[in-house]
Amino acid sequence: MKRLTQHMLFWPAVALLLLLVASSLFNASFLALTWRDGHLYGSVIDILNRAAPLMVVSLGMTLVIAVRGLDISVGAVVAISAAVVALMIGGSFSATGEVQSAHPLWMALASALAVAAACGLWNGLLVVKAGMQPIVATLILMVAGRGIAQLLTGGQIITVYYAPFFALGNGYLLGLPVALWIAGSLWAALHLVMSRTALGLFVRSIGGNPEAARVAGVRSSAITLCVYTFCGLAAGIAGLIVSSNVKSADANNAGQLLELDAILAVTLGGTALTGGRFTLAGTVIGALIIQTLTSMIYSLGVPPEVNLVVKAALVFAVMLLQSAEFRQLAVRLARGRAT
Amino acid sequence: MSSPAIVLRARDISRAFPGVQALSGVELTLRAGEVHALMGQNGAGKSTLIKVLTGVHAPDAGSIELSGLLVSPESPIHAQELGISAVHQESHLLPNLSVAENICAGRYPRRPWTRGGGIDWRETERRAAELLASLGINLDVSQLAGPLPAALQQLATVARAVSTDARVLILDEPTSSLDADEVQALFALIRRLRDKGVAILFVTHFLDQVYEICDRMTVLRNGRFVGEYACARLDAHGLIAAMVGREVAAAEKTAATDAAAGDAAAPPVLSARNISRRGQLKPMDIELKAGEVLGLAGLLGSGRTELARLLFALDARDTGDIHIDGQPAELDHPADALQAGLGFCPEDRKHSGIVADLSVRENIALALQARMGLTKFLKLSEQRQIAEKLVAALGIKAASIETPIGQLSGGNQQKAIIARWLATHPRVLILDEPTRGIDVAAKQELMNEILELARGGTAVLFISAEIDEVVRVSDRIMVLRDRAKAGELPRGADEDAVYSMIAASHQP
Repeated sequence: MKRLTQHMLFWPAVALLLLLVASSLFNASFLALTWRDGHLYGSVIDILNRAAPLMVVSLGMTLVIAVRGLDISVGAVVAISAAVVALMIGGSFSATGEVQSAHPLWMALASALAVAAACGLWNGLLVVKAGMQPIVATLILMVAGRGIAQLLTGGQIITVYYAPFFALGNGYLLGLPVALWIAGSLWAALHLVMSRTALGLFVRSIGGNPEAARVAGVRSSAITLCVYTFCGLAAGIAGLIVSSNVKSADANNAGQLLELDAILAVTLGGTALTGGRFTLAGTVIGALIIQTLTSMIYSLGVPPEVNLVVKAALVFAVMLLQSAEFRQLAVRLARGRAT
Repeated sequence: MSSPAIVLRARDISRAFPGVQALSGVELTLRAGEVHALMGQNGAGKSTLIKVLTGVHAPDAGSIELSGLLVSPESPIHAQELGISAVHQESHLLPNLSVAENICAGRYPRRPWTRGGGIDWRETERRAAELLASLGINLDVSQLAGPLPAALQQLATVARAVSTDARVLILDEPTSSLDADEVQALFALIRRLRDKGVAILFVTHFLDQVYEICDRMTVLRNGRFVGEYACARLDAHGLIAAMVGREVAAAEKTAATDAAAGDAAAPPVLSARNISRRGQLKPMDIELKAGEVLGLAGLLGSGRTELARLLFALDARDTGDIHIDGQPAELDHPADALQAGLGFCPEDRKHSGIVADLSVRENIALALQARMGLTKFLKLSEQRQIAEKLVAALGIKAASIETPIGQLSGGNQQKAIIARWLATHPRVLILDEPTRGIDVAAKQELMNEILELARGGTAVLFISAEIDEVVRVSDRIMVLRDRAKAGELPRGADEDAVYSMIAASHQP
């Protein structure tokens, strides 16, 4: 029992379960799953689907934080990736009313991901080679990136009509949303990379003790560069999912404040912002907590103007639940009451 | 002789951690006005006992009485309020605050609100100065703590610890980074406190210091209480026997290697010419031959570690070049040194040796994997095999090779770091203070390992502050003084020869 409560994922999982229980109290059909049109329907599936982009971004963020960095440009990179893919697909109606894409779909997707990875590499170079503080280095792209996305789209919302592209954000595979498959496989792949490759060992050793890793002959700068590049790539993937989901690229709003949600998801999952010990599964749970909260607030019918305040209060409560100090205090207070 | 009053009595203390029974049924009695040594090998339970006394860990069983009253410290601050203060090896002053601010930290005197409230800085300095004066420490309390020598900082730390009217003062390896003069200054302070009636618990690995300053000692072994002895009644030999549970001849000379070292004509594996770094090391040459142990002796600050760091490319050198097997080597990053067949066990194991959260296996595999690079992965089965082999060979005590290395005792961590380098089969292995903070028996084992390694053809650079160790294992001794090379001594030189070479410049 003690070992269970001391597991890194225990309190994040408890927080998520409590939120799910609370949601099902407010909404009796919350946990209901139905099979319709060849795939699963239900609030839980909906949450998983909507959480997918955040999960993907947060997984990248987890690794950056693990090597004692931070990337606050991911929201902007999401917008850039969305803009690039929308522009590349472009598309026009043919005489028959059929939608054509300007470039092959694979090329559009690959270009968006390449640009996103380049953004990550840029961040990494600023941190590793120019020696900037990560938060400052990525602040540059956070501000400039959204500007670049706006330049690309000419300040307009670019609508995509090419149907095959919609599968990423709206499609289903074996009854589950495609976006969930993407996030799930990314997590599984990362998990394998972290536990079964040299890169994983290096990332964990740099996160745990950068100086010891250096003395052991690990070239931290190359590894850190990889990690930032991957974080950009992950944001690019999220950008594809988001733009596919809304069938458009909105440079002003795509991925807005996503960087903060991602940092929050990483933290809620139990990874320390100071770097070192990290948990990918925790991050996935953290992203689910955030999406569950959001869905819960909508389903409660909270007026939009107090929406953010309610969300903040709930996040605060979740944080308190996860704080060992607070739990001790609560226990002590409860005992004091009893005696 | 009337027996002094008992201040602290810990009875039947037990404490378990996952996989390890760190303490079981341990007794400790501290008396007013006595210095009491806590002795034991690494992993004997000394640190855990101290953590129990200072409220870091709660004991699973047992009781602590302070002046006859049952207490249970819940945190270091609570322990301090009860009158139990501790100075740890790594407890330092805050470098950006003055000595006075450090001493009064957390208990700053306040000005009355009639005078604007806030902290009364003048009173802070006055109290700190008064405290230091009462302890016979001559130190300007208004200066910043950061630039002070380690020894003065240590004295101020002890002063801070007793400023809370401590009845019990725990000193955990306070002398490990001090040189002989500084140790004497600390001892003078300890004696003064002892005479004031403070009960002092002194933990160290230096046996001579125990006999110099302690009245009694408690010996632990594998988490169990072995006994309490008056220092006058138990000699060093008996003490070591009590600590290790077997007879170890501590003073026995280890025969230096006879084999490979003799070949004077063999070309050096590593030779460095004229290497220097401004402010750290004056230009010097060094050569290492296959199969020899080169001892590096010198006082603290003589440039021992600095030389090692230059050779391993941890610091950039200003001048000079390094040849390996006669070929010029470009060493710009430790990774280059690793590729060239060098290995380096750093002095500060916690800061630059272990990755605490990673398992013993991963810590051991790290350098080998770093040399293999990103693309070739050392399979888990191979990692396990290598780790199991080295854990057995070096006698590393761990619940399993998957245990996080941070849970191991200091000596076992040190051995695991050495194992990390042995896994790479280095041609040159630099060991910076590998025996620091390790108990006598483990030291002996470690030095045997080093000799074994040299017999296998590895060139070993052995750095230690303890001259007797250097003399015991080295085929050749290089003496450093004031960041420059003072000279070399051949094998067979005794400690006196080393001392006189170190001291040479101080004699007109």
